[in-house]
Amino acid sequence: MIASSQGFAGYLRRDLLLAYRRRGEVASPLIFFVLVSTLIPLGISPDSARLAELAPGMIWVMALLATLLSTESLFASDYQDGSLEQLLISPQLLPLPVLGKILAHWLVTGLPLTMVSPLIGLMLSLPAAGLMPMMASLALGTACLSLLGAVGAALTVSLRKGGLLLSVLVIPLYMPVIIFGSAAVQAAIDGLNWLGPLAVLGAMLSAAAALCPLAIAGALRLVSNN
Amino acid sequence: MASGRNWNWFHRMGSPRWFYETTGRWLPWLWVLTLGLMLIGLVWGLAFAPQDAKQGNSFRIIYLHVPASFLALAGYYLMAIAGAIGLIWKMKLSYMVMKSAAPIGAALTFIALFTGAVWGKPTWGTYWVWDARITSMLILLFLYLGVLALQYAFHSQETGNKASAILALVGTVNIPIIYKSVDWWYTLHQPATIKFTSAPSMHPDMFQPLLVMIVAMYSFYALALILHTRTEILRRERKAGWVRELAQRAQPAEVRQ
Repeated sequence: MIASSQGFAGYLRRDLLLAYRRRGEVASPLIFFVLVSTLIPLGISPDSARLAELAPGMIWVMALLATLLSTESLFASDYQDGSLEQLLISPQLLPLPVLGKILAHWLVTGLPLTMVSPLIGLMLSLPAAGLMPMMASLALGTACLSLLGAVGAALTVSLRKGGLLLSVLVIPLYMPVIIFGSAAVQAAIDGLNWLGPLAVLGAMLSAAAALCPLAIAGALRLVSNN
Repeated sequence: MASGRNWNWFHRMGSPRWFYETTGRWLPWLWVLTLGLMLIGLVWGLAFAPQDAKQGNSFRIIYLHVPASFLALAGYYLMAIAGAIGLIWKMKLSYMVMKSAAPIGAALTFIALFTGAVWGKPTWGTYWVWDARITSMLILLFLYLGVLALQYAFHSQETGNKASAILALVGTVNIPIIYKSVDWWYTLHQPATIKFTSAPSMHPDMFQPLLVMIVAMYSFYALALILHTRTEILRRERKAGWVRELAQRAQPAEVRQ
């Protein structure tokens, strides 16, 4: 009897191993995040006070864009070499391995982004009160973004120019996440209660973790019959 | 599957031909109803309703803005439910309805945002503000556009339909947020005037034409949806016998062989 956790753990381990072998590729979103955060003082203003105003939102926007870039390749290589079909005919309940893949994706993109964000915050003069809330909101938020992005990636995996369409589909779904994510940081900087928006982020993450794998499983079965 | 209740009526409704022929009979009445209600509502609201104490005559755009917003939200639910029915019962007609509902809903959302902007300039002093209700309506517009875009991205019609249905369902979460956003966050856009549980916070003389316009807009939506779906049916079933017969009968006598 195959335990239902085997699919989850198996695909988690597989994807982490694959990511480790393609370290350079996988580090790109993180490098993108750091590079783009240099653009802000260059393009807008190096003035500390103005940067401090912009910092919470801008860091969130860049994290969102970096995650968006990385979700394109979530299912692409598996689709191309046929291992996605193998996943579909395996005796696992499809949502579980899917959740494992997304967790692996978050561990190699969202988590590094979260870890690096205090550094970026310092570079962009983010007030000290905002650093911890920034990490917390990014940790929950990028997980949510990975899940929602995976829905879009699954729907567009069989399309050749799927990248732009993926962005069109997924950004409206991302909008509530960034609204609450940067609201948490801004609230902390203003001295208000930042646990409220953080709780809403947590609720979104719970709902996404429960429901997105089902949608993704449906979408993967759909596009593989194409 | 004849045990217990008879579900034939439901499965019969899945026939595009049945839908085409039945709605063909309804259409004249629907035209009359829509045009009549629209005329009554617009003339009553724009010309005869009393002036607002604070806003003067500029409040009259409410008779377009509110019904369009209602229908933009309701239309998304209809699109998502049609998608769900298509996925569950694999009903072609349901997918056609979903596909037709997308552009209509997107247009209504745009009208709601546009009329809101036009209304906002004299009353709030600005065309646009990023408050909760307006932002989430903008997100709704993008969701509609995404569903539309996904439909046409696939070579296979069926895959496009199913993918759009999944996307529409995922985006359904946004609708209660839009509806409740003005109650949860105290922002610039006014809270709900029409409540189910208490009297509306609007004078009856202004409220009655608004009700008429809302019903008129529902009727208009039904009309537009039926017309769109009929065209979609003709396009998809163009190789079927009954459609060819229809096309032949519609040709003028000299061209028929």
